[in-house]
Amino acid sequence: MDEVKDKKVEKLSDVTVRFAGDSGDGMQLTGTQFSDTTAWVGNDLSTLPDYPAEIRAPAGTLYGVSGFQLHFSSIHVNTPGDVPDVLVAMNPAALKKNLTELNPNGTIIVNTDSFDPKNLKLARYESNPLEDNTLDGYHVYKVPISSLTSNALEGSPLSVKEVGRCKNFFALGMMYWLYNRPLEKTQEWLKKKFAKNKDLVDANLKALQAGYNFGEITEIFTTRYVVEPAQLPKGKYRNISGNEALSLGFLTASVKSKLPLFLGSYPITPASEILQYLSSYKNFGVKTVQAEDEIAGVTSAIGAAFAGSLALTTTSGPGMALKTEAIGLAVMTELPIVIVDVQRGGPSTGLPTKTEQADLLQAVYGRNGEAPVAVLAACTPTDCFYQAIEASRIALKYMTPVILLTDGYIANGSEPWKIPELDDLPDISVPFRTEKEGFYPYLRNENLARPWAIPGTPGLEHRIGGLEKADITGNVNYDPDNHNKMVNLRNKKIKNIANDIPDLKVDGDESGDLLVLGWGGTYGTLKDAVKRARAAGYKVSQAHLRYINPLPKNTGGVLKKFDKVLIPEINLGQLAKLIKSEFVIEVEQFNLVRGLPLKSKDVLEKITELLGGNNGN
Amino acid sequence: MATNDEVKEKKLTAKDFASDQDVRWCPGCGDYSILAQVQRTFPEIIKKDVEKIVWISGIGCSSRFPYYMNTYGFHGIHGRAPAIATGVKVANPDLDVWVATGDGDLLSIGGNHFIHACRKNIDLKILLFNNRIYGLTKGQYSPTSEKGKITKTTPFGSVDYPFNPVSLAIGANATFVARTIDRNPKHLQEMIRRAGEHKGLAFIEIFQNCNIFNDGAFSLLTEKDTKDDSVLVLEHGKPMVFGKDSDKGIKLDGVKPIIVDLASGSYSKDDLLVHDEFSDEPILAMILAHMTDHPNLPTPIGVFRQILRETYDGGIRDQINMVTEKRGKGDLAKMLYGANTWEVN
Repeated sequence: MDEVKDKKVEKLSDVTVRFAGDSGDGMQLTGTQFSDTTAWVGNDLSTLPDYPAEIRAPAGTLYGVSGFQLHFSSIHVNTPGDVPDVLVAMNPAALKKNLTELNPNGTIIVNTDSFDPKNLKLARYESNPLEDNTLDGYHVYKVPISSLTSNALEGSPLSVKEVGRCKNFFALGMMYWLYNRPLEKTQEWLKKKFAKNKDLVDANLKALQAGYNFGEITEIFTTRYVVEPAQLPKGKYRNISGNEALSLGFLTASVKSKLPLFLGSYPITPASEILQYLSSYKNFGVKTVQAEDEIAGVTSAIGAAFAGSLALTTTSGPGMALKTEAIGLAVMTELPIVIVDVQRGGPSTGLPTKTEQADLLQAVYGRNGEAPVAVLAACTPTDCFYQAIEASRIALKYMTPVILLTDGYIANGSEPWKIPELDDLPDISVPFRTEKEGFYPYLRNENLARPWAIPGTPGLEHRIGGLEKADITGNVNYDPDNHNKMVNLRNKKIKNIANDIPDLKVDGDESGDLLVLGWGGTYGTLKDAVKRARAAGYKVSQAHLRYINPLPKNTGGVLKKFDKVLIPEINLGQLAKLIKSEFVIEVEQFNLVRGLPLKSKDVLEKITELLGGNNGN
Repeated sequence: MATNDEVKEKKLTAKDFASDQDVRWCPGCGDYSILAQVQRTFPEIIKKDVEKIVWISGIGCSSRFPYYMNTYGFHGIHGRAPAIATGVKVANPDLDVWVATGDGDLLSIGGNHFIHACRKNIDLKILLFNNRIYGLTKGQYSPTSEKGKITKTTPFGSVDYPFNPVSLAIGANATFVARTIDRNPKHLQEMIRRAGEHKGLAFIEIFQNCNIFNDGAFSLLTEKDTKDDSVLVLEHGKPMVFGKDSDKGIKLDGVKPIIVDLASGSYSKDDLLVHDEFSDEPILAMILAHMTDHPNLPTPIGVFRQILRETYDGGIRDQINMVTEKRGKGDLAKMLYGANTWEVN
């Protein structure tokens, strides 16, 4: 590379890139590599993988397009970006499917080799968009990625097909050049990933380097971009997805409770990864049972809790529905289990790979009888770590099932995580009952929790089950007054948890014209929208619920200080319904159920509409 | 372990296994016999301390069983006893986990858990109280009811075929499969003892009379004048002889079992099928299982099959030990840091 090109370097504070291609093109991998490197060089970031439910949909089709969006910045990032600035389209279908979302002045990098008549037809293009006026107004870079890759790999022992598959690393190398990122993290990763196949390592390394070099020497790129590291708080960081953070959170909870971790689970998108992660933590003594079905997942967890483990089950909406009866059993037997619901689009099988927030009422109410459980929600990928520990703490302290809600977006999305010091995390251990004197299975402590007397403890042999229990003795009991008492005790136990959780925090002024109240994975979007509204002069604040049942004690007080409350959700208003019934107040709603995260510009528009005096009334 | 043996010297009796709860089965129910035989057998077979025994059940008459045992117990939800038991056993393999269940509980709503518990060879002892009827819901037909059975939900006779639980268990690779009868206490005790001694999933089908909704379902096998000609008692290594005067035998004709008359002089015991409980091949056990309810053949009871293979709970424990030995005990701080970290100063 003797030839030194004279290229302009432009500083950017904020970029949103979307990689799109066939589901077999390796776009998720490309996106993840770009994210990890971007995190490593110190940018703040947020990601949005968006892929079809089909593993390998027919090549070239519109429904087979897989995308990965990444927003990175030298300042704080809240969302994966409303509108991509740059689209890398590996084929016509990827271009067609993503073009409408692109920034009108955006940049498009296309693999021209794939714009042949067959692929154009599959993408339902009447004429070649690279040759007509479809892309007018965009900055279009036409790069023959496939042929450049095969040229670079000339002489490789790999088959033509295998060589073709290296094109995503060429594209990645090119993007690394364009945004001034080092290759080394991806190089290390490739060497490790394909350690058993040297030819594959060599080919992909070559493709990566060739893409990078292409950026350097080609005349089509006249500018190179720099995004400076973000000013993040001091500490050690890693990039992490919600599912991995959650898995590490439960591992930490196991260590901090001094209890062995047990997971009973059945694979389901988008929760399977948690079972995969925990299955690899064997040297921490973690026991995972891939159960025969969702019901066995939760009931084996209940059995493990009875036997003294920190027990959990992980699932998504359809599995949650199947676990319903067993969660009631855990309520009745008052055993500590954590149920994780990584929400996806519903109802029924719905949209398995897309995100949604529509299991809230299922979590809070979805059981027969009066069966209260604690419900928590994580709001960002890294919050999954802390909420896993918190859910475990509450389950153990109150001897109760706890439902932890996350969603497909924060489960698969990633962001930089400031790794905490272990000593800063709470000890959540609880004692087992071992003393025979005065032992009754349903004699409660000050938290209304019953004693945890596990099989193997001499002298404490007792029987529990799903039939109503007599207060204190726990014997089967059908007495009407006892039933009424027990229904109330179980309810009070959960309500009392409100005394043991942090207050709802207001981000912004404590009072004003509008409070934007959210829960779960919409946190970043709402934060972004509120920030922009405040910058525009509106008296708006944000509050975000991480505890749904019980709600933080000050929730009603917080709401009262605002003229209006707006609750944006990716459902038809489930939190809104809960808040209305709990506090008997009017709330404004913003609901968009597209299987995708909300966009901050849409929420901002709603805020403006509400506060501009023209709210449609 | 010597100390454990010393502790065992205290000599438990059947009474030590009875809880303080009133037994609430209908008078005359076969469940009483099963409870009594379990309580009688346990002092002999339980090598562990009482606190290490756990009884788990689902829903149905049989599933009230744990309440009557003075051990740890868990009355679960319908069909899920094997799955709850799996959690208990995997979490603490040191426990002795027993499951009490019925034909509706185990083979209808809980069928999936049953076959997978067998397949995985989880070290559980499953006692199926098979009365071929739904008792607690008052008399609907069950998955083991014979075809054509008239019940409240099949007023014109059922049109579906029943499960043969022994065949199902063998087909799902259970490592110990036996059958016995509530009215044969000695045999029942022997089967409980054998199951208790087995390492791996042990399944016993117990023919149990529901004297309210399906009285006499097994009378052919229990009444004095018919039982000897209707029951074939399986014994390992012995030729299959039955009949009041031990004058009949079972012989194979191809893969078809047939009855031969030992008194006629044409056949001797040497011609008969010899039982092999420990065969690696499930074929013999399967042939025997399918003799059940055959109009012309006796119904076998006893141990159909017992083989040894690694248990699921043992496999999990061994894998944890192996990985821990290889990688060292997990270091949480290291784990949190992961592979790709960077420092912000």
